[in-house]
Amino acid sequence: MNKQSNVYTTIYIIVLVLVVGTALAATSLALKPRQQENIDADKMRQILAAVHITPAPGEIKEDFSRYIRKQILVDAQGDEIEGDAFTINMAQEVKIEEANRKLPVFVCELENGETKYILPAYGAGLWGPIWGYIAIDSNGSTVYGAYFAHQGETPGLGAEIEKPAFTDQFNSDLNLFKDGRYLPIEVVKGGVAPSNGADYVNGISGGTITSKGVSAMLENCLLPYKNYLEQLSKN
Amino acid sequence: MADKINYKSVFFNPFSKNNPVIVQVLGICSVLAVTAQLEPAIVMGMSVIAVLAFSNVIISLLRNTIPTNIRIIVQLVVVAGLVVIVDQLLKAYTYDVSKQLSVFIGLIITNCILMGRLEAFAMANSPWPSFLDGIGNGIGYTIILVIVGFFRELLGSGTLLGYQIVPQWCYDHGYVNNGLMILPPMALIVVACIIWVHRLCNKDLQED
Repeated sequence: MNKQSNVYTTIYIIVLVLVVGTALAATSLALKPRQQENIDADKMRQILAAVHITPAPGEIKEDFSRYIRKQILVDAQGDEIEGDAFTINMAQEVKIEEANRKLPVFVCELENGETKYILPAYGAGLWGPIWGYIAIDSNGSTVYGAYFAHQGETPGLGAEIEKPAFTDQFNSDLNLFKDGRYLPIEVVKGGVAPSNGADYVNGISGGTITSKGVSAMLENCLLPYKNYLEQLSKN
Repeated sequence: MADKINYKSVFFNPFSKNNPVIVQVLGICSVLAVTAQLEPAIVMGMSVIAVLAFSNVIISLLRNTIPTNIRIIVQLVVVAGLVVIVDQLLKAYTYDVSKQLSVFIGLIITNCILMGRLEAFAMANSPWPSFLDGIGNGIGYTIILVIVGFFRELLGSGTLLGYQIVPQWCYDHGYVNNGLMILPPMALIVVACIIWVHRLCNKDLQED
C-alpha cells in the first residue's frame, strides 16, 4: 500500500484520533469521581483553615461534618434562601450585582462551643484569581480568622497572602462594625490607616497589587453580608 | 546503527555525556518553572519519564506505518494524549502536587526533549531500545531537576520536601533565607553552575 497517499494519510489520522479520543474519554470518566472528591476535600480543608482547624489528610470529610453545623445561603437582605451553599460558584457570584447574589454562610461550632460564621470571598490578584474564607464571631462583627489562596501569584511576593504572617493579622483586633458603620477590613501599605476609619491589616511589601486585590476582594465580597451580619449582632 | 545497538549506552548516555538539559539544553522552561521546591521537581521528573518512555514505545511501534508528511502531528497526538492521562492521574491521586504543578504538566507536550527523542530515536529504532532511551533521557532530565530543586528549596526556604532543614538557631543568629532562590532567574544560574561543573569534569564537551 502507498503510505504517502492522501487516502492512507486521512484514514490513518482519523483512526489515530478516534483511538486517542476513546482512551482520554475513558480515563476522564474513570477518574472523575475521585477527582471531584479531591476538589471537595480541598475546599473543606480551606473552609476549616479559616477557623484555625487543620484536619489530618484522611479525616477532612469527618472533621468538616463535625465542625460545620449548617451550610446556608442568604440574600443581600440577610434572609435565608433555598440552595446548596457548598456548590455555589463564587467566581460567578461576585460578578452579579450585590442585591441579587446568593451568599453562602458556613456555620461552624468549635470544640469550646463557640459559633463562628465563615464567609467565602473571591477576587483577582496580579496574575490570576485569589480567594479565601473569613471567619466572623457570633457577634457578627469581630474577625476570628482567615484563609487566603491564590492560583499563580509570585512566590515570595504576592503569594505570601497564604502564609500565616499575613493571615494571622486577621484576628479579634478587627471589627467589621465601627460605631455602627459597616466597614470591610482593608489591606493597606505600611500601617497607614484608611481615611474612612475601617480596621486594617498590613499589605505585603513587594506584593502591592496582590494586597490591593485582597482589599478589593474583601470589600466586594463582605459588603453584601451587611444585613445578615447586622441581624447576627442583634441576636 | 540499526544492526547493532548498545543498550547500555542508549540508557546511560543521557545521564551525563548526552544529558538533555545540560548538554543538549532542551526542556529548560520547565526546569525554571517547577524547581522552587523539591517535591514538584520530583513529580515533574517522574511524569516526564513516564510520558517519554511510553510515547517512545508507541511511536516506535507505529514507526513503519506513519505517513512521513504527518509524522510530527502523529507524534504530537500521542504525546498530548499521554500527558492528559498523566495529568488526570495526578489530579486523582496526588491532588496537592498537581495543584502545585498546575499548567506545567500540560506543558510537557511542548517539552523539546520529547519531540527530540521521538524524531531522533523512536522513529528509527525498535520498541525495546526506544523504551530504554525514553527512560534514560527522562532520568537525565530528572537528575538535573532534582539537583536544582534541592539547592533552590534548601537555600530559598530552608526546607527539603517541606521539612525544616536549617535549624532555628541559624535564624536567631541572623541567617536569612535567600528570597532570590525561589524566583525563576536563580534556576537558570543554578543550571549554569551545573553545566560549568559538568564541563570541568568532561573535557571532551568543552568548546573552544
